[in-house]
Amino acid sequence: MTSGLLFACVGALLFVMGVSGVLLIRHLLRRILAFNLMGSGAFLVLVGLAQRHGVADPVPQAMVLTGIVVAVAATALALALVRRLHALTGKLEPPEADDD
Amino acid sequence: MKRPVVIPAALLFAVVLILAMVDLAPPALDLRPLVAANLASSGVAHPVTAVLLNYRAYDTLLEIGVLLLALVAILAVSESVPTTSSTSATSSDLLLPMLGRIAAPVMVVVAVYLLSAGTSAPGGAFQAGAVLAAAAVLLHLTGLLPGWRQPGVSLRWGLAGGFLLFVGVGAILLLVEGDLLRYPPDHAGVLIFLIESGLTLSLGLILAGLFLFLSHDKGDVG
Amino acid sequence: MSLGLGFDLLLAASLLWSGWRALSTPRLDRALVLFIAFGLLMTLTWARLAAPDIALAEAAIGAGLTGALLLDAFGALQAKRAEAEAKK
Repeated sequence: MTSGLLFACVGALLFVMGVSGVLLIRHLLRRILAFNLMGSGAFLVLVGLAQRHGVADPVPQAMVLTGIVVAVAATALALALVRRLHALTGKLEPPEADDD
Repeated sequence: MKRPVVIPAALLFAVVLILAMVDLAPPALDLRPLVAANLASSGVAHPVTAVLLNYRAYDTLLEIGVLLLALVAILAVSESVPTTSSTSATSSDLLLPMLGRIAAPVMVVVAVYLLSAGTSAPGGAFQAGAVLAAAAVLLHLTGLLPGWRQPGVSLRWGLAGGFLLFVGVGAILLLVEGDLLRYPPDHAGVLIFLIESGLTLSLGLILAGLFLFLSHDKGDVG
Repeated sequence: MSLGLGFDLLLAASLLWSGWRALSTPRLDRALVLFIAFGLLMTLTWARLAAPDIALAEAAIGAGLTGALLLDAFGALQAKRAEAEAKK
């Protein structure tokens, strides 16, 4: 097993962990953490899977590089929305209705 | 509760995905030889930079656009009413501001090095911009740089400058070469470095803005 | 088992553990610090995957900037909460 394939598998597990976190956790800051885990997992799958034969591949690396920068922008936007929600309602959880 | 449904489904998904990845056939299309073969005419010597700013420059153009949009959205949702209570900024600590004063210039030098190294070695506009932003965040946390409230005219130009420069170069190339962002091989190196410099400055300001616009409503005296 | 594979397995285990703990730790401040540690482990992973460009970006962004953003938001929310408690 090459390290590319190993970390692709780790990425899949992290992605699944993040998805379950986004679905199950109600606290919004933690949900942002779970969302970031999802992102990191997806990046690991992209790069790891492309390099599963052990040779570095610049194309997915460049794509993941842009992805990381976009992910931090998404995190900042999510945090801005959470702060606004907290300022307006005093809560750190989404409104009830979505619990089905 | 959703728990009994989500956890088994997630585990099943993980197992299937990992089995599929282990079992995956070799890719039918390998881009590595293409990247290596065209490196000489791309204007830079580092393959990742070549992919980012030449082969897939369109993605990078859209990415800086997305970042700008995210910053605009943050400005739109963050509280416009400034709170007056001053909590930080006037720190009596001597060591922390001194650390900021020493580290920030070094970080700027590192950013410039990363930018110039990007043409032939790991590095480039993204990393340099991130280091610049980290320097701004450090200055803010040590109380030397107040949080930003409203972007002034020069800051707005700085934030949008990288994107505008990128679009401008793309538009000129569209007129001259007949294709968006197809660099003439003779001038590719210069054009890429020009775009990268603009990107570094704008990325640094945007990433710093993500932090500094968000943290202004904590009550720093701007 | 070679040394490289051993290190990879150790790194994989710590990635999964820190990611899991970042979601499951009861105290939010600890969860945030664990998440920053997760970002640093990701940096090591990118270095192991022969992707120094991503490792550089991840060190500055994933561990530095995201961590600062999260901790700043946490601090601001705590301060607001304390303010609201004081008003009661």
